[in-house]
Amino acid sequence: MSAQLQFRNVTLGYDRHPAVHHLAGEVARGALLAVVGPNGAGKSTLFRGIVGLLKPLSGTIERGGLGVRDIAFLPQSADIDRSFPLSVFDFVAMGLWRDAGAFGGIRGRRRQRVQQALAAVGLTGFERRAIGTLSGGQMQRMLFARLMLQDAQMIVLDEPFNAVDAKTSADLLHLVQHWHAEGRTVLAALHDMDLVRNHFPQTLLLARGAVAWGDTAQVLTPDNLIAARQMCEAFDDEAGACAAEVASARAA
Amino acid sequence: MIHDLLITPFTEFEFMRRALAGVVALSLAGAPIGVFLMLRRMSLVGDAMAHAILPGAAIGFLLSGLNLFAMTFGGLIAGFTVAILSGVVARNTELKEDAALATFYLASLALGVTIVSMRGTNIDLLHVLFGNILALDDQTLLVIAFNATITLLAMAVIYRPLVVECVDPVFLRTVSRAGAPTHLVFMALVVINLVNGFHALGTLLAVGLMILPAGIARFWSRDITGMIAVAVVSAALSGYAGLVLSYHAGVPSGPAIILIAAGLYVVSVLFGSVGGLLRQWFPGRHLEA
Repeated sequence: MSAQLQFRNVTLGYDRHPAVHHLAGEVARGALLAVVGPNGAGKSTLFRGIVGLLKPLSGTIERGGLGVRDIAFLPQSADIDRSFPLSVFDFVAMGLWRDAGAFGGIRGRRRQRVQQALAAVGLTGFERRAIGTLSGGQMQRMLFARLMLQDAQMIVLDEPFNAVDAKTSADLLHLVQHWHAEGRTVLAALHDMDLVRNHFPQTLLLARGAVAWGDTAQVLTPDNLIAARQMCEAFDDEAGACAAEVASARAA
Repeated sequence: MIHDLLITPFTEFEFMRRALAGVVALSLAGAPIGVFLMLRRMSLVGDAMAHAILPGAAIGFLLSGLNLFAMTFGGLIAGFTVAILSGVVARNTELKEDAALATFYLASLALGVTIVSMRGTNIDLLHVLFGNILALDDQTLLVIAFNATITLLAMAVIYRPLVVECVDPVFLRTVSRAGAPTHLVFMALVVINLVNGFHALGTLLAVGLMILPAGIARFWSRDITGMIAVAVVSAALSGYAGLVLSYHAGVPSGPAIILIAAGLYVVSVLFGSVGGLLRQWFPGRHLEA
């Protein structure tokens, strides 16, 4: 199966400090991959790199022919202004951007698609509600409805089940599995190891670099998890230039 | 009696009709801009931009006297420069928009004052500072109407990306490159409307007819379209009532318009159907579901 994502010695970070360091590997087209690791492991940074919000400090990310705008992304702490006077319907309709663009009307078939997406996440009847009045779980459902409408080949979810109840979590997981069954590539950053073991065939255990990557059963071993927990979280202000970078520059 | 009070000033005097046309044009374009400024928590940015425009208008005045086009052009150049530079810095560095804008508008103001003082001319900037809506000539009225038309057309073009950028800027960045151009066009519209406003109300009050109606609208509508409609109507109403007040009471027209808008704002804070104080104090019985 061809690769949907290829990381070629990618380093991503902030202010020259690496948050994801020298990651190499690939994600197959149609994969359902969990990305796990302790806080500060670089999961969100990696996702921001994948969707083009963050440029790599070095190395490259190949997206299997997809542009960054063909990827649907659910950020962790959605930078959403919930006080903005917008209805749930209008918010979800943003997911039609690729289809409708800046000027296309939201009528007929498009309107129907929005209704279907709302129904799929259990938000029928919420169309005219202001987004600011939704609970945390309803908000997450609404974001999933928007993701559905984006109809993307690759879907990147940063901690999608955080702070939602068991039922919402199960409903949203069902959607994720549905996307996987449709042949889409889905990446999700998660903390619930039982959920990962039960529902995600592939896992990347990240602790700045890849501690392990492959079949979930082989990745989530006690030894690997202990190794991931020993990761140093803080940036070193006194750190010199990365030795591997210096060596590869010399070789070139 | 009522006819004499409310209608006669406009049927009798051409300058009152011009003033009314000017204030309606300002309301149509400025109020929607004000709503977005408020929703983006940039209400005071309008005020800062008004200061940024002042030196440009002053330089235009210095070079060409009380020439409409020189002052408009000067104001636009100064405003655009500050808006673009602060936008570029905010998007490419850690500095937030307000901090970047504060730096550039202060620099613009300082530069304007320096240039004026170097020329050693004691220019009368009262016109620029406070405007005179009762003295709008054909040319000025046409400039105001032209700017208002440009604003409405541009808003129609950027409306959707602007809303998305306000609500969820990260989403817009992942689906489109429209974020930065939209922001720049919006800031350009802020500048155009402030320049528009200074002919009628002066730079110091121009922002008033943008922000006060937006504040009023917040108390009467829960959705963006309704909010824009309320803002436009309350701006035009303030303009009309302010002109009538100015005519009968002999007070300056610009401040009269803004004071009426401020009065409507106070009424809205008290009686507004969306979050007004009275609504909060006496909410009525709770609903079934």
